Amino acid sequence: METIEIEVFRYQPEKGSDPAFQTYEIPLNKDWVILDALNHIKDHIDGSLSFRWSCRMGVCGSCGMVVNGKPVLTCATFLEKFAPGPVRIEPLDNFPVVRDLVIEMSDFLDKLQKVKPWIIREEEGSTEEEYLQTPSQLADYKQYSMCINCMLCYSACPVYGLEPGFTGPAALALAQRYNMDSRDQGNRDRMEALSDDTGMWQCTFVGDCSAVCPKNVDPAGAIQRYKVEGATHWWKTLLLPYGKDR
Amino acid sequence: MDKSVNKQYYRKDMSIFWWTRKWTHIRFILRELTSLSVAFFALEIVLLFFSVSRGPEGYQTFVAVISNPILIILNFIAFVGLIFHSVTWFDLAPKAMVIKVGKRPLPAIVIAGSNYMGWIVVSVLIFWFLTENT
Repeated sequence: METIEIEVFRYQPEKGSDPAFQTYEIPLNKDWVILDALNHIKDHIDGSLSFRWSCRMGVCGSCGMVVNGKPVLTCATFLEKFAPGPVRIEPLDNFPVVRDLVIEMSDFLDKLQKVKPWIIREEEGSTEEEYLQTPSQLADYKQYSMCINCMLCYSACPVYGLEPGFTGPAALALAQRYNMDSRDQGNRDRMEALSDDTGMWQCTFVGDCSAVCPKNVDPAGAIQRYKVEGATHWWKTLLLPYGKDR
Repeated sequence: MDKSVNKQYYRKDMSIFWWTRKWTHIRFILRELTSLSVAFFALEIVLLFFSVSRGPEGYQTFVAVISNPILIILNFIAFVGLIFHSVTWFDLAPKAMVIKVGKRPLPAIVIAGSNYMGWIVVSVLIFWFLTENT
């Protein structure tokens, strides 16, 4: 059977050794995605290899890794595409590496919370009340609600790599998901949190976040729209100092 | 944040030449750098107005200075940069401008296209104005 070489990034802090690439030769099975290859290595060749995965179907967002330099969901990327090889598998860029292909994501989780990703109402209605929404109003934000928190966009974003304080693509797109929801009234709250020097203005529109997004969320587009909104808001508060925007 | 500052964790440093490895990054840096071309022409126009305000002699001096071969080459390079900057800028416009007509947003090509149309119309008007008055 045809085989392919896989070069996997290994980091084992308990051994005190520097990170290095380890090469494995595995069967080139046409049905396999990269994740299947990793599971084959773990089950049959080297049980010490660590990586995250769960659903195997592009929904959970756990198995994001950098394959031949590009952040991808390993469950949605076929091995055969890289034949004759070798294939180089690394952990997501811009995150601290805990071990092998496992990254530390608490920074991302903190940032998700920062954007207040829930529906904010000025006054809490009764639980009996319904907030109706038309299909057109749903379409306004639906694209931004498809995010699976896989962090590929953070791995692709050079701004996040250079400025770890940057709120980042997925979190800002999530803020827009709620801002554009007709039921939400929290736009001003979020604007305050995201107009500072860690928010939307840090983005320089490289655009790679949108290029790697497996769910076509287009975070780059969301952030640019947010900037337009932020600038409009600023002009409004300048020209109408006593208006309701202040 | 504190949780991630574990000494055991491995952090890869980002080289200052990070942008040289991918075409999309090189293109991005070029787009940002060519804003200098825009600044160059803005400055040149300000100087042109300044020299014109000092009468025909001032204008003659300006023409003499700008006819310097080095400045002609510089102008040419800046012009290429300006075109690149404008094209990449207009192509990005649909991402930031989402205009809904009725229930549907306008397609990206309409937004970018209207920017290009505006560019062409203004250029033709300026050309017409210059050729009519000389």
